[in-house]
Amino acid sequence: MVHTLLLKVWQSTWTRKVLWRCRKATAIVNEESNRQRSDGRIRARGEKETGILKGHAPGVFVMAIPTGSRPQSKNVIARLADVEGKSLGPQLDLPHDVGPPELEVLLNSLLQNEDKLPYTFYIDDRELVGELGAHLLEHNVSVETILKIVYQPQAVFRIRPVTRCSATISGHSEAVLSVSFSPDSTQLASGSGDTTVRLWDISTQTPLHTCPGHTNWVLCISWSPDGALLVSGGMDGDLRLWNPKLGIAVGGPLKGHKKWITSIAWEPAHIQVPCRRFVSGSKDGDVRIWDTAVRKCMVTMTGHTLAVTCVKWCGEGLIISSSRDCSINVWEPSQGKLVRQLKGHGHWVNTLAISSEFVLRTGPFDHTKKKYKSADEMKEAALQRYETAKGSVPERMVSGSDDFTMFLWEPTASKQSKARMTGHQQLVNHVYFSPDGRWIASASFDKSVRLWDGYSGKFVATFRGHVGPVYQISWSADCRLLVSASKDSTLKVWDMRTRKLKEDLPGHADEVFAVDWSPDGEKVASGGKDRVLKLWMH
Amino acid sequence: MPQGDYIDLHRKRYGYRLDYFEKKRKKAAREVHKRAAFAQKVLGLKAKLFAKKRYKEKATMKKTIAMHQERDNKHKADDAVPTGAMPAYLLDREATARAKILSNTIKQKRKEKAGKWEVPLPKVRPIAEDEMFKVLRSGKRRTKQWKRMVTKVTFVGPGFTRKPPKYERFIRPTGLRFTKAHVTHPELKCTFNLDILGVKKNPNGTMYTSLGVITKGTVIEVNVSDLGLVTPGGKVVWGKYAQVTNNPENDGCINAVLLV
Repeated sequence: MVHTLLLKVWQSTWTRKVLWRCRKATAIVNEESNRQRSDGRIRARGEKETGILKGHAPGVFVMAIPTGSRPQSKNVIARLADVEGKSLGPQLDLPHDVGPPELEVLLNSLLQNEDKLPYTFYIDDRELVGELGAHLLEHNVSVETILKIVYQPQAVFRIRPVTRCSATISGHSEAVLSVSFSPDSTQLASGSGDTTVRLWDISTQTPLHTCPGHTNWVLCISWSPDGALLVSGGMDGDLRLWNPKLGIAVGGPLKGHKKWITSIAWEPAHIQVPCRRFVSGSKDGDVRIWDTAVRKCMVTMTGHTLAVTCVKWCGEGLIISSSRDCSINVWEPSQGKLVRQLKGHGHWVNTLAISSEFVLRTGPFDHTKKKYKSADEMKEAALQRYETAKGSVPERMVSGSDDFTMFLWEPTASKQSKARMTGHQQLVNHVYFSPDGRWIASASFDKSVRLWDGYSGKFVATFRGHVGPVYQISWSADCRLLVSASKDSTLKVWDMRTRKLKEDLPGHADEVFAVDWSPDGEKVASGGKDRVLKLWMH
Repeated sequence: MPQGDYIDLHRKRYGYRLDYFEKKRKKAAREVHKRAAFAQKVLGLKAKLFAKKRYKEKATMKKTIAMHQERDNKHKADDAVPTGAMPAYLLDREATARAKILSNTIKQKRKEKAGKWEVPLPKVRPIAEDEMFKVLRSGKRRTKQWKRMVTKVTFVGPGFTRKPPKYERFIRPTGLRFTKAHVTHPELKCTFNLDILGVKKNPNGTMYTSLGVITKGTVIEVNVSDLGLVTPGGKVVWGKYAQVTNNPENDGCINAVLLV
């Protein structure tokens, strides 16, 4: 409840000293921690009624933050702002001993959140963990200017780190090249060098269906965001559609590409449900859009002179493709026109990631495991999820390259890059935005995983520990954990808060080629050269 | 002016004899019969030479025919799926020397305990003591014969200091000391020049093992950290065993094969 009246905040020890005063008169109430009466008296929960606080008219609501018995010596003038830089509310006069819990209470009431949401706070990109005063002292932050405290909403759910291998399922007779959970986390598919796609039963951890059809290695697989179809692309240049429920092929191969398929991406669910269209990139340099209903290639986009390495269908409807000819092309999907070409890399572009990729991948499905009855409902939910994930800024994209650098772009807005991210000492093989778009993680052949700021592209941390090139990474849905797969046969789980290794997961007998964290966060699946699929859980 | 081309000249002027082509065709047709008759009749060395010549002719003939027919030949569809599947992001990259992961660490440890390895050279020639050692005479009158010099290649650790001559029973000559070995990885089929870490077992006896004598069949430990081998736990393998496959004392180098 916010009143446009004078606000004074009082210390809970009721020394009647005004702790902080908002410059712009706004009063806040927090029903849970304090109660007040309409006559201006205040009583903290569990405490005796105290004296009347002078200076308030009857009916004024006041919030008091319990700050303990430490005497107040210094205050800091601060301002809260979100990650995009928009400041929130008035300037605040904060005592030195407030910490994240107090700020969280304050922020929740400033934002008028009905449910309390967890937040983290950053000062100059450093997370505030303890008391404000100690943090300022430790990091030598100037208090001469107004302190900008950036808040970042946290996932309301918490995903537990995976700690053990729950199952080792053999079945493939050649290396497992790709694994992927379905958007609703109920199914798991893997593509392998033995030319089959396999579907696995997660609950019993056993093989469910084997889908033969390809005549050569299955290089990539991709689930439609509504979870109704699975498409696989192979070394033979064919794309095949599968019904994941029954484990049978939907028609024959989609032929068109002259060389092997490198990447597949579906049209986002908030544009069309049931999902019909997907885009594929191939070694022959073509990007093709396919329609699963008419089973034909609708548009062929030829512009790249060398192999296409990665394609993405971004939430605003454009298609982005990266290629070994050092360029990234942005296409318009209905006619296949080239919208813009992003140039900057000096060597092969290996990988792309979009800030809303996780939401686009999971479509309407979120951690609540809600079931949808109709397609419209699904589309509505997907759109809503996409809008909240995107925020008010345009979608960002990051590209990793063989020239050891990464670029941050806004592909829908401009052809200029936002930032160039240098630091890796070897080629960047995989990049991935965290599900909330706040961080970028990059896996490199220099045996390290690096963490970057998702908005500015600034370097944040390095995760070292692998002894071989890191091939793939995957975020947990709550953005608090990251798992990486490496040539050194291990998976490692990294903690975003401490920026340290959380779990080391040995077990594979050979290189790990693919890893995926299920969107609900329960399990991690990995596959590699040792031909087995491993499931990891808490 | 050449004298031999009068026939050509005549042909140019008056043309071929009327029966020339007919005779030529008949001669060629008769040739096979003639040759067959000769082949049946011929004996001894001539037969041998003839058969060899004929064999060569036939082989070249077959090759030429195959070459001409290559386009029309029906090829068997190449549907065999190649092994060694790689994900899309590793395709077209320069294939780095692949290191096999040691999946058999436990087995290896057990073997190590038993002191037995499944080695490429299971049997070695036993080396007698008088071949291994040369007796050195010492003392003022050169009558004492308790000193021995190792006549084979040895590995001496980096921290080794010689004992005073009075107590030094075995001399390992510096000229026969080695620190490096050419180690072949049997699966990668490539050879690396690696540092020797120690002598694990000399099949001729424990004494030679403790002396660090390297002969054919000796199991040595080499430093494989450059090879990028990793254990199942994801640690880099440092030392690994290899068996010597040559006679280092004769060759002046140590060749070994890695035990995987």
